[in-house]
Amino acid sequence: MTTPVLDDGVVQSAPRRRLFFAAGAVAWLFLYQANLPFWDWIVYDVGGLDETTRVGGAVHFFLYDTTKIALLLTGVIFVVTVLRSFMSVERTRALLGGRREGVGNVAAAGLGVATPFCSCSAVPAFIGFVAAGVPLGVTLSFLIASPLVNEVAIVLLLGLFGWKITLLYIAGGMTIAIVSGYVLGKMHLERWVEPFVFETRLHGKVIDSAEGLSWDDRIAMGREEVGTILRKIWPYLLVGIALGAAIHGWVPEQWIADNASSGLWGVVVAVGLGVPLYSNAAGVLPLVETLHDKGLPMGTVLAFMMSVVALSMPEMILLRRVLKKPLIATYVAVVATGILATGYLFNLVV
Amino acid sequence: MDIKILGTGCKKCQQLETLTRGAVAELELDADINKVTDPGEIAAWGVMATPALVVNDEVVIAGRVPTAQALAALLTNA
Repeated sequence: MTTPVLDDGVVQSAPRRRLFFAAGAVAWLFLYQANLPFWDWIVYDVGGLDETTRVGGAVHFFLYDTTKIALLLTGVIFVVTVLRSFMSVERTRALLGGRREGVGNVAAAGLGVATPFCSCSAVPAFIGFVAAGVPLGVTLSFLIASPLVNEVAIVLLLGLFGWKITLLYIAGGMTIAIVSGYVLGKMHLERWVEPFVFETRLHGKVIDSAEGLSWDDRIAMGREEVGTILRKIWPYLLVGIALGAAIHGWVPEQWIADNASSGLWGVVVAVGLGVPLYSNAAGVLPLVETLHDKGLPMGTVLAFMMSVVALSMPEMILLRRVLKKPLIATYVAVVATGILATGYLFNLVV
Repeated sequence: MDIKILGTGCKKCQQLETLTRGAVAELELDADINKVTDPGEIAAWGVMATPALVVNDEVVIAGRVPTAQALAALLTNA
């Protein structure tokens, strides 16, 4: 399936590709380093705004954060997409087939993170897994991990909170996916799966979407994915950062401390707000960063973020095609409980 | 020639349809193009990542939108 390349094209393309990568990496690092001094200069020196005023702080926060997040997203989505092009849902299913619960849940959560997967394919993938004999709980571990520990969330956490919080989030997200899938599996909810799923006979020849790709294909996929994701999330991102900037400038820390701080109900409220909110990591995280700066505890912040990305209305509506309502309700309840527990745990340790 | 585009309605599925219709017109193929949106039917083809392309009852592409060139080659050889 590779596109025909002329003889000299083959010889030249590898060095040219390396040059392209090196130039891209250097340009990226330069821009990332220059971001803070550049906006300091523009906002405070050229623009004449005062660093200590609300407007100055908010404008600077907005411009600096927007640039930083755009750079982080571009770099990491590109790299992640190229790496993930070596994996596919088909390979994941082959790896999960015949695995028992327990080990299977761990593998499924890990593969949920590593496999390129769009929630628009959740239903065919669900049927494909279950009809091929992957246990229900293992399949659910995959479906929970995939949106929960996604590359956009990881990038943003890394940029805004550093690697320790990011690792904590990944570990927490994986644990939720593993345990929730395992628990749901043990509850034997197969009777609430639409019967046609088990009756589906796979008659097509399976095509492995990761096969037969050249490096040029993978790079093209990486570039395309950066464009697709940025086009999709920029409005959320801008609104999120603008809200963050406004809170940064105007909401006093005392208000957060009085209304939303460590209290017992903080995490519950955060999850209660997060589940019906349908956004993506990009829209929520800038907001979350500001709230944390203002004193909202880390566990509460991460629980909010997890509930926004892991449990979304549109995905539940999609899954309704294959899961009956009681199973969807149980699924939401189990995952939400996992997020609550993780939030409280993080509040204790961070 | 019988062509099926399997997709749940995502953006890439529409891209694949446009691309396929374009290629069929350009190559002047005598083809019947149908869209399959039912997830059960999609899954029955063994497809777990949409969009996918089925030519004469054989899945030839799954999980991505091919380049126009690759698609033309696929359809010519089918």
